[in-house]
Amino acid sequence: MNNTHKRLSIMMLCCCAFWLTACSEDKAAKTEQAAKVSIDKNPFPSRYTPLAGEPTLITNVTILDGIGNKIDKGMVYFADGKIVEIGETLSVPDGVRTVDGQGKWVTPGIIDVHSHLGVYPNPSTHSHSDGNEAIKPVTANVWAEHSVWPQDPGFGRALAGGITSLQILPGSANLFGGRSVVLKNVPNRTMQEMKFPGAPYGLKMACGENPKRVYGKRGGPSTRMGNVAGYRQAWSDAQDYQRKWDQYEADYEAGKNPKAPKRDLNLETLAGVLAGDIRVHMHCYRADEMAVMMDVMKEFDYQIYSFQHAVEAYKISDILAENNVCSAMWADWWGFKMEAYDGIRENVPMVHNAGACAIVHSDSDLGIQRLNQEAAKAWSDGRRAGIDIPQEDAWIWLSANPAKSLGIFDKTGSLESGKNADLVMWTANPFSTYARAEKVYIDGGLAYDLNDPQSWPVGDFELGQVGEGDSK
Amino acid sequence: MKTLLLTAVLLSVSTVALAEKIAIVGGKVFTGTAQGTLESATVLIDNDKIVGVSSGTSVPAGYTAMDATGKYVTPGLVGAYTQLGLVEVGMSAGTVDSSVSQLPMSNTGAAFDVSYAVNPDSSLMGISRVDGITSAATTISRTDYLFHGQGAVITLSGEAQPVLKPKAFVAVNVGNAGADDIGGSRAAVWVMLENAIAEVKDAPKALSATSEWHGINSRLDVNALRPVVAGNAPLLIHADRAADIRQVIAFKQRHPKINVVLVKGMEAWLVADELAGAKIPVIIDPEFNLPGGFDQMGATLANAGRLHEAGVTVAIGMETHNIRLATQHAGNAVAHGMPHDVALAALTVNPATIFGMSGEIGSLTKGARADVVIWSGDPLEVTEAAETVLIEGKVIKHTSRQIKLQERYQSFSDTPKASQYIR
Repeated sequence: MNNTHKRLSIMMLCCCAFWLTACSEDKAAKTEQAAKVSIDKNPFPSRYTPLAGEPTLITNVTILDGIGNKIDKGMVYFADGKIVEIGETLSVPDGVRTVDGQGKWVTPGIIDVHSHLGVYPNPSTHSHSDGNEAIKPVTANVWAEHSVWPQDPGFGRALAGGITSLQILPGSANLFGGRSVVLKNVPNRTMQEMKFPGAPYGLKMACGENPKRVYGKRGGPSTRMGNVAGYRQAWSDAQDYQRKWDQYEADYEAGKNPKAPKRDLNLETLAGVLAGDIRVHMHCYRADEMAVMMDVMKEFDYQIYSFQHAVEAYKISDILAENNVCSAMWADWWGFKMEAYDGIRENVPMVHNAGACAIVHSDSDLGIQRLNQEAAKAWSDGRRAGIDIPQEDAWIWLSANPAKSLGIFDKTGSLESGKNADLVMWTANPFSTYARAEKVYIDGGLAYDLNDPQSWPVGDFELGQVGEGDSK
Repeated sequence: MKTLLLTAVLLSVSTVALAEKIAIVGGKVFTGTAQGTLESATVLIDNDKIVGVSSGTSVPAGYTAMDATGKYVTPGLVGAYTQLGLVEVGMSAGTVDSSVSQLPMSNTGAAFDVSYAVNPDSSLMGISRVDGITSAATTISRTDYLFHGQGAVITLSGEAQPVLKPKAFVAVNVGNAGADDIGGSRAAVWVMLENAIAEVKDAPKALSATSEWHGINSRLDVNALRPVVAGNAPLLIHADRAADIRQVIAFKQRHPKINVVLVKGMEAWLVADELAGAKIPVIIDPEFNLPGGFDQMGATLANAGRLHEAGVTVAIGMETHNIRLATQHAGNAVAHGMPHDVALAALTVNPATIFGMSGEIGSLTKGARADVVIWSGDPLEVTEAAETVLIEGKVIKHTSRQIKLQERYQSFSDTPKASQYIR
């Protein structure tokens, strides 16, 4: 949002200057311009403040830096919330807290690009079911952040699994399900206090079975061709809407006093995608449907940043690479519906091996607790199929590629100097079932410590209940 | 490389399949018997049956050796609670035999019998089989009735007769989900269950299709429940809340002959001692650690380990399409406190014992079916896999619908390209 915000401020500055000039130089103008209508693109700003941290040096660890490098016996130094340096030996100022990580591993924090924590929280009662505004197929006007219940115990469980950031998406009932929000996984009282500063918004779209099942007997779409007609009409409407605003801008710039178009929150989000401010993340299983969607993408000149689930991505990995679209995948889920019937265990490594962007995602309040194991399965399934990817490259599926698809890779997703100190120290190689996240740091603050029960999150909902404060 | 491997496997299929006597030599063997785990041992197979396991690597005369040095050898895994053979694709994809709707022949649901419905050609069979699942308990998952029909124990061999044991158990849910189906309250579901059982005990010995009968159960339900009441077929009771589980224990005390098994049991660790005392085994998914409802507040990954610690017999493996992930579930139970060999037992001999089949499946005991898996390493490690699977002494072909799909599309990624990172 920083960029957008900046652009907006500049725009407003320009407008003010123009208005002042117009006033002073042409007081006799027949039509005096009304104040220019401009839209606040960030009405629910982040109120996130990092946990207090202290300069820390972790020594004697195996490091995966998240961008393809491995250091067998290395050190990680972070201070003031940022990674300062990683290397085999580092010299650091006196008085720095030192953590001896003998035999342990350090990786970037895991970023899950597909979570419904908070919008489909536990307990999964009807009163908490806030993830699908399933009233009509196009609801780009709704924002997942307005449904997020920060007391969802799932955030704390995910933290214990090394999740440091996550994208909360609306569900997939609708063609356009609404805006997503990226959160820092530091449980807090309000959504705003968890909101990732400066992360762009996403827009959830959905292919295939879900929209046609939900709307098939409610006015449609009831077919896949109906789905595609729905996307195209909506994008076309968004273009029309944008032209009205462009006209307003142009008229205003020309000194006229135009009437601002009526805001349409649905089309505003879609126009935001066409302007490049909002990133499309699209639920799509089948290869043939993904190929059609990439053509729709070209027709309306926007970018799909990820296909979510992408169970058949392995069939079109070359086309995905060519179009620069990421695939966010499970390691081995399959068969729960027809569009998931062709799932295979080698999907992730095959997409990676074709030079396309592979991401391991969860879409599950259980899976999000063990995404390292999901990557480990995909990694080893690839090896058995003759695709030998080093573990230091495979970690890209868990941090760097997710960060890139979300537009936050300049801030997190790898252990590079100057980036947020979002990292995990694991008890062992995180490609093992038996490894546990021992220390989870977010912006340099210790958010979770396996060995300190006081650090285990207990949300309001679990307070005073059976199992409060237990190891989970 | 892949092709070569495949050829090697196929060759071994044709050669080994002909051998009548096989010795699997040199592996670390989890026996599932009093022999425990042997570091370097030999498993002897005579045709379709296990002969025995012995320490060392000597191969008796007449046996064809199969090298398992550096590998792990276990009995074929037993899916503890599945819908295998009853469902191909669950949602919007036609008939699903694990879902039963209202029918006048049954009043309480006990009469339904899945042994008629099991499809050995289901793609799930091959997909699960190559990953070491060789048999499973399977039953109805969705019904509005009190009981979820009569489940069966099946083999995943893919052969024409998949049912090893029909009418092997009956399931019932007394937790939130069960209460929701039966009167919306535990105050209804327990009264219904108690009286359905009492009625079977009091029913005339012979109850034919034309006998006059007025009861909560239909005549067919009564006949289906007789083995349960007699203790010959276990009654699987789903419950999560500690208070519900105490009711299950009280039920067992009221009906000591009934072979009660607790299913899911997210808060079972809270009443672990009582469960152990009542000799009630538990089938769980140890990864459930979230309060999906108010009956699951105490859910924790420590459940499996704590139950074992108290002396409760634990079985792991509640899944269908991905029953192959039961090894991962068990591995996570180990990561949270369950001993490794106990977790292996939870995947093999414990479910076999629960279903009254301990001499037949789930262990490498003399006379058991020769269902054996040779693993690349520790079966509970997510990075290891089943390399060779034998069912009834025959090496199964390492193929499945998924493997064929993978091979078909392999060429697209044959030439590795530099990975792309979008900014």
